[in-house]
Amino acid sequence: MATGEVALGKPAGAAAESLAASQPSTTKKVVNDFSIQVATVNGSGSQSANSVLLKSIFSMGIPVSGKNLFPSNIAGLPTWYTIRASKHGYVARKKEIDVLVAMNPETGREDMLSLPAGSAAIYDQSLNLKQYRQDVTSYPVPFDQLTAAVCPEAKLRKLVKNMVYVGVVAQLIGIDLQSAETSVRRQFARKPKAADLNWNAVKAGYEYAAQSLVKADPFFLEPMQATEGKIIIDGNSAAALGAMFAGVTVVTWYPITPSSSVVENLIGYLRKYRVDQDGKATFAVVQAEDELAAVGMVLGAGWAGARSMTATSGPGISLMAEFVGLGYYAELPGVIFDIQRVGPSTGMPTRTMQGDLLSVAYLSHGDTKHVFLLPASVEECYQFAIEAFDLAEQLQTPVFVLSDLDLGMNNWMSKPFEYPTKPINRGKVLTKEDLDRLGGFARYKDVDGDAIPYRTLPGTDHPRAAYFTRGSGHNEKGLYTERADEYQEVMERLARKFDTARGMVPAPELVQNGKSKVGLIAFGSSDFAVRESRDQLKKEHGLETDYLRLRAFPFSREVLEFVAAHDRIYVIEQNRDAQMLSLLKLDLPVKELSKLRSVRYFGGMPLDARTVTDGLVLQEGI
Amino acid sequence: MATTLEAPKTPAPKTNRLGLQAVDYRGAKTTLCAGCGHNAISERIIDAMYEMGVKPERVLKLSGIGCSSKSPTYFLGRAHGFNSVHGRMPSVATGALLANSSMLGIGVSGDGDTASIGLGQFAHLMRRNLPLIYIIEDNGVYGLTKGQFSATADVGSKLKTGVINELPAINTCAMAVDLGATFVGRSFSGDKKQLLSMLKAAIAHNGTVMLDVISPCVTFNDHEGSTKSYKYVQEHEDSIGEVGFVPFFDDISVDYDPGTTYDVQMHDGSHLKLRKLHEGYDPTNRIGAVKALMEAEERGEILTGVFYIDAKRPSFIDSLNLAPEPLATLPQDRVRPPRRVLDEIMQAHL
Repeated sequence: MATGEVALGKPAGAAAESLAASQPSTTKKVVNDFSIQVATVNGSGSQSANSVLLKSIFSMGIPVSGKNLFPSNIAGLPTWYTIRASKHGYVARKKEIDVLVAMNPETGREDMLSLPAGSAAIYDQSLNLKQYRQDVTSYPVPFDQLTAAVCPEAKLRKLVKNMVYVGVVAQLIGIDLQSAETSVRRQFARKPKAADLNWNAVKAGYEYAAQSLVKADPFFLEPMQATEGKIIIDGNSAAALGAMFAGVTVVTWYPITPSSSVVENLIGYLRKYRVDQDGKATFAVVQAEDELAAVGMVLGAGWAGARSMTATSGPGISLMAEFVGLGYYAELPGVIFDIQRVGPSTGMPTRTMQGDLLSVAYLSHGDTKHVFLLPASVEECYQFAIEAFDLAEQLQTPVFVLSDLDLGMNNWMSKPFEYPTKPINRGKVLTKEDLDRLGGFARYKDVDGDAIPYRTLPGTDHPRAAYFTRGSGHNEKGLYTERADEYQEVMERLARKFDTARGMVPAPELVQNGKSKVGLIAFGSSDFAVRESRDQLKKEHGLETDYLRLRAFPFSREVLEFVAAHDRIYVIEQNRDAQMLSLLKLDLPVKELSKLRSVRYFGGMPLDARTVTDGLVLQEGI
Repeated sequence: MATTLEAPKTPAPKTNRLGLQAVDYRGAKTTLCAGCGHNAISERIIDAMYEMGVKPERVLKLSGIGCSSKSPTYFLGRAHGFNSVHGRMPSVATGALLANSSMLGIGVSGDGDTASIGLGQFAHLMRRNLPLIYIIEDNGVYGLTKGQFSATADVGSKLKTGVINELPAINTCAMAVDLGATFVGRSFSGDKKQLLSMLKAAIAHNGTVMLDVISPCVTFNDHEGSTKSYKYVQEHEDSIGEVGFVPFFDDISVDYDPGTTYDVQMHDGSHLKLRKLHEGYDPTNRIGAVKALMEAEERGEILTGVFYIDAKRPSFIDSLNLAPEPLATLPQDRVRPPRRVLDEIMQAHL
């Protein structure tokens, strides 16, 4: 019989043997504050099992997050899923693994060796991983036997086996069976047969663990009340929802990881909620031949008055460069979601990074600069999607939403999204009646002093409505020009328009006490790790920090005020070259620049708090 | 229309069925070379729009980059125009027509813009059958960069500098037929009658119209040894069938002999009448169209006329099943689902 070979000084069961002399005998129960990592093979169907685990913990009221660390591959390469339960509500990746479920023979040894002392490992008994670590609690499980007993159909066993580990984990860490069953039934809501099969597998694992394993690790879950009324959703679905409620009408795309699910989810929502009673669609979706065509369609549609968007990632951004310059210069609205992944070039397509900041900020040749928004949660993926469509039309320019793989493809807890309170803002569009009154208009003239001109939509029934849109030199009437003064007039207004944008984009979020000398600046998915790191810095080093979370480019004046009010500013970001720091340097007065320091991580894993804390402590010399 | 109290001294100007004069269809003064074929094409576009009674405000005119792509400025000044980036007009046109499918789209491209840098977008445009009149102003050379060969230059054609083209020409018409365009033809900027009939039929068509119009470049490709010169085209043109057109608003029943003339009823009720010059040629047969084009190429002849037409295949807009009103101007209550939809979705994620 298999036993739980414990890392605790005091065996929890008679059959357990203590093998970890290094462990203190007083190891306490660790409740609702640990991580689980499931190591499997890509294509083995572990996604449902991991989702059941995540949602079971969530339905116990415990704050939880899940991250899929997957390869760029259809089947066969190693993949990991990490789940973090945190009573404190920390949802960033935890660097250390506490409970390992090793299902992949190929990586079993390495997975085992990477564990910290005192952790626990569940594995197929044939792998005999115990041999590699004496300071880890080992739980060997005869997965194939257990699976065969509940799944007569041999070809389904590969999938069902995953549910067996769900049962084993549930019993060992204390997921209540009711939560688990609810999650399984919801996961397979449309397939009752599959639900029964999978539920039997969970039970088999659970019963095996109850009868044959002796709990000897310190990790336990206990019900809380912290997730009531919360939702679980991924950032790409959230962005898709935002786009739908923003009233998107033309959607174009070229599939690319990790952005594809933005449009795939959006198509699902649009087909369900944006078809008239007579079956007619109030939207058009086009899968384009490449990203150049995708963004060309977005700009053509925006020009003709649609709310248009595309979603892409780094390589697509590079391809869109020429068109985005046209969008900037000809002043065409459009929304581009960039779900960032690791570059340069093809890079690591299934790993996360904040590496497109500089290329997006100044995308295209000549003098160009672009507005981008930086969501840091699924809720902001939703809100900023709505915001981006309003800004694109108000500013008449392409607007980017810079999310990333971690935010976009992983599941996050959130409070439910709020229905938009503001009406859709279509910006400065002149109608036939306006033209009757005005007699005509100049497309690129600054009438209101905010550097934002007026436009007309094609089809406006007035002989003076038309103007010519071009990427070649043009004057304020839109006429072709090669005259220096006329060209400069338009370009200078575009620069002023960018300044107008500073006051229109989402302002930064500030957390400060007014006393701290150290300020942190971060953005996007780094926010989760930075918030946790601030607690670590305070608790472990007595260092109080203020925090400014950037939410958009161009920077609003709060950024300068924050930098000016602190002695040292740490800019925390997920790329090699400190791209956000560079953007800040270009924007801040020279006297502030010496304050700026950098904490960077660019390994492609979601950022964790320990990495931030370590990087900062080193530079602070504390 | 403006009225005056004084009696008109001259007879009332000629107007079309909308009461508009030809001058209402004009654009800015051309900046292309005198004698450039492209200017003649702009003139025919003006004539066709005027004669068909298309309201200029209902037209989208689009182009890429190059001499040809400058020309939308020179016709229909009362229509919104868009001079986009090199070879990528199809995508801009696609977006614009999705945003407002009630508009008539006309795209002007060149042989460099279409057959080299823009070949990918060209192919996918044809494939989608977007309702767009796509005109290639085809002169076989790059003009604005001063006379390099384009990909439609024929094998053996000679540049002014004496350089001989050794690569086969891309046959844009055969490609368009193969890829799914539903109206494919070739004309010559010097053939007023044929080009005008084809443009009028193009306006009546619901789907992608691909017209390759040979349009000699008087500056860089009109010399001895060129296969895209006025002289060469006049000497080597072979019409596959005379093109006649009877618009839906002309209540004329024209007699024709089905043995000698093909009659195609267009989407809007107009009739395209193709007089058979090549024995047994069937303009609704894709295979025959491609075969005729390739055979003419082998013979060293420039085949003109309407090669292929399918007036029935649904357009890209039809297949998307769009609401009849322009997407661009749908009111908020049509595009922002109500609060209960968000509540329902949130409930599903609890």
